[in-house]
Amino acid sequence: MNSFLNKSRPPVYCPGCTHDKISKGLDKAFDHLNFAPEDIVIVTDIGCSGLFDTFFNVHALHGIHGRALTYASGLKLANPKLNVIVTMGDGGLGIGGAHVLASCRRNLDITLIVLNNFNFGMTGGQYSTTTPMDAVVGSEFLNQAEMPLDICAIAQSAGATYIDRCSGHDDLLQKKIAAAITHKGFSMIETLGMCTGRYTKRNPLTPKSIDKIVADMPEYSGVVEKNNRPEYGERYTALAKERTIFPKAVTIEKQIDIPDYERQEVVILGSAGMRIVTAGDLVCNAGICAGMNVSMKNDYNITVLRGQSVSEILISPQKIGYPGIESPTVVLALSDEGVARRKNIFATLKQATFVLKEKSVDIPKTGANVVEIDFRQFKIKKHDWALAALGIIAKKEKAINKPMLESALKTRFNEKVVQLSMQTIGKIYDSEII
Amino acid sequence: MALSFMEGNEALARGAIAAGCDFFAGYPITPATTIFNNMLQMLPPKGGICVQGEDEIASMGYCIGAAMAGKKTLTATSGPGISLYSEQISFAIGSEIPLVIADVQRLGPSTGSATRGADSDIQFLRWGSTSGVPVIVLAPKDALDCYVLTVHAFNYAEEFRCPVFIASNKEIGMTKESFDMDSVTLPPIVERKMFKGNNFLPFEAEPDAAPPFLPIGDKTLVRQTSSTHGPDGYITIDPEVIGATQKRLRDKIHSARERITLYEENIKENSDTLVISYGVTSRAVEDAAAILETKGKAISFLSLKTLWPTPEALIKKKAAQFKRVIVIEMNLGQYVNEIRRILPEKKVEFYGQMNGILIAPKTIMEVIENE
Ligand code: SF4
Repeated sequence: MNSFLNKSRPPVYCPGCTHDKISKGLDKAFDHLNFAPEDIVIVTDIGCSGLFDTFFNVHALHGIHGRALTYASGLKLANPKLNVIVTMGDGGLGIGGAHVLASCRRNLDITLIVLNNFNFGMTGGQYSTTTPMDAVVGSEFLNQAEMPLDICAIAQSAGATYIDRCSGHDDLLQKKIAAAITHKGFSMIETLGMCTGRYTKRNPLTPKSIDKIVADMPEYSGVVEKNNRPEYGERYTALAKERTIFPKAVTIEKQIDIPDYERQEVVILGSAGMRIVTAGDLVCNAGICAGMNVSMKNDYNITVLRGQSVSEILISPQKIGYPGIESPTVVLALSDEGVARRKNIFATLKQATFVLKEKSVDIPKTGANVVEIDFRQFKIKKHDWALAALGIIAKKEKAINKPMLESALKTRFNEKVVQLSMQTIGKIYDSEII
Repeated sequence: MALSFMEGNEALARGAIAAGCDFFAGYPITPATTIFNNMLQMLPPKGGICVQGEDEIASMGYCIGAAMAGKKTLTATSGPGISLYSEQISFAIGSEIPLVIADVQRLGPSTGSATRGADSDIQFLRWGSTSGVPVIVLAPKDALDCYVLTVHAFNYAEEFRCPVFIASNKEIGMTKESFDMDSVTLPPIVERKMFKGNNFLPFEAEPDAAPPFLPIGDKTLVRQTSSTHGPDGYITIDPEVIGATQKRLRDKIHSARERITLYEENIKENSDTLVISYGVTSRAVEDAAAILETKGKAISFLSLKTLWPTPEALIKKKAAQFKRVIVIEMNLGQYVNEIRRILPEKKVEFYGQMNGILIAPKTIMEVIENE
């Protein structure tokens, strides 16, 4: 037989430890599968099961407790040809539970061998997530108050496509491991074994009694038909392949020359659903169309689609340094929520500041020049108020003008949306009121 | 002329692509999520891989696995995610795994304020791992910097085989800006030094350099381990081997300190005050200096882009001529301690602000004028 065991580092476990059987079973499985050492990576974490990688002459990655599946996933995603084997004790299982669930659910082609010996061997026989309540372990009474989990049942409900449970002393172990590795998708094999160094000192356990435990538990012996589905790596590749277009940066040519343009600070105060961010984007695009530098900060609730939506824009012929608003030149007050968010600015506004206020919106006292507009009177829906307001400032030549706005719309939208937008804007732009 | 218009997070993603990044794993968190969104748009058409981990720890684990298979990996998060990354960051530091980690900082502590900026994590990034091995931290001040510094970050990660942090900030990451992307000159791309020859030992290296690399999965067997190891990648308790590795991990970064010092400056002969800052705050400092100059008061400034390893020689040299040194930070004083350590003979004044809003040029002018 072709052995993959590391001759210069033979397995060293306590006498009678089941890990020794599993090391040998895994070795035979590799041979059975005709693998070359470089086809395999063993990924391990902490504990006695974490010694596996050193005992084999294959690629190896030994990492942090419970996280072996995360490295295994990265390796497999990056190199789908690798046979990725993870060994993990019941300790790693508990601490890395989220990764076990995710691996079952994702179905990336990795094989997880769980070495369940009912306790933490390396640190002194403390209880783990699989310790029976009546066991005597190194954690005084704590295990008597917690229930052990059945990782196979959990794996099944988490969507694992292949689950096997057997004794680590099973004669067919090497075949079972080989079958799990051959499975295309995530496979988990739970081996039950003896930690002779710790657990079996106070808890009678023999290969025979382990057989009985396995027999008494629900049976898992391979492919889980009801979870059957494509392997993640292949599915990912197929889906990703459809994404062929690399998103180019939005780059806007200077189209309009405005020789004496002065720095503008525009504040749009609205609410979620009023397309405030889009309006802010349009103001910025308008600035860039005129060859200006721009910067935009938005303030809105990220958790819920309600509440204020505020956009703050700087437009300047010079490079923009400090990106905050210092002295607004244009304020669009389109909702009470938005105004409340920036209520302190109103008292500071200069007289020359152009404030456009929707009729229904209340604003604090200000020395600025306030123009009121009743959008409802023009049958403009609330979600178009911000856009319509841009038409008004364009007409008044505050921060932007009509050619800038038109260019901005054309850079941002397709022809149809440009037309619709111009119609909305036109409702007020062409009226005598403004 | 044409200007590109994007937020800092998009610029960072574009920098990663320009650097040859071909793997991203992350977990959504404000204000870093749009880096993930952008990578998800950009990587598949380039044949790269972009996945969402089940949590931050897993995302880092995927990056570690992929990096060991030879990929150039990026992940992005904010302070709460860096907390979760910590154990994996230590692994990547100690086991010399190249990664770029974008930290779009928000106001802490803890979950803090998801949508409020602050340079919360400047010391955390440096010391938030076990053992105290030096790390590289770059701080962009705007979207353009996000683009360019990310390429530097990948270059450093590849050369030094270590995690490199980009200490961005909500106020940069989520602020959209115009800049002339086409005329930017990016640094030449640095690739990982591959091992050539026979008898590969995964951690055999020159005393002040990272070991040459071979990927897990190639013809030559590779061992990687988070445990204290010798050149062969097996656990060791030999004090000499341990000591030599610890020293090398430190020296490989520190010996390159000056070469990886990135900064901007405006030093004026006729000024007696030097303002040192970094990140988005340095933009307000620059504005304040420009305004004060029009009032006849010359102010010099030094805007650091490499925060760690601390550019000690640069700071000493630039500060030498000044009577007054002022440090401004968007926190209550994290980096100022470094400046004071480097300039013990100078009185280093400090202004910090940690209230969710940017430090305005007006405030900085008051600090400067209030002698
Ligand atoms: S402590 Fe237990 S698990 Fe570890 S080697 Fe000994 S018997 Fe095996």
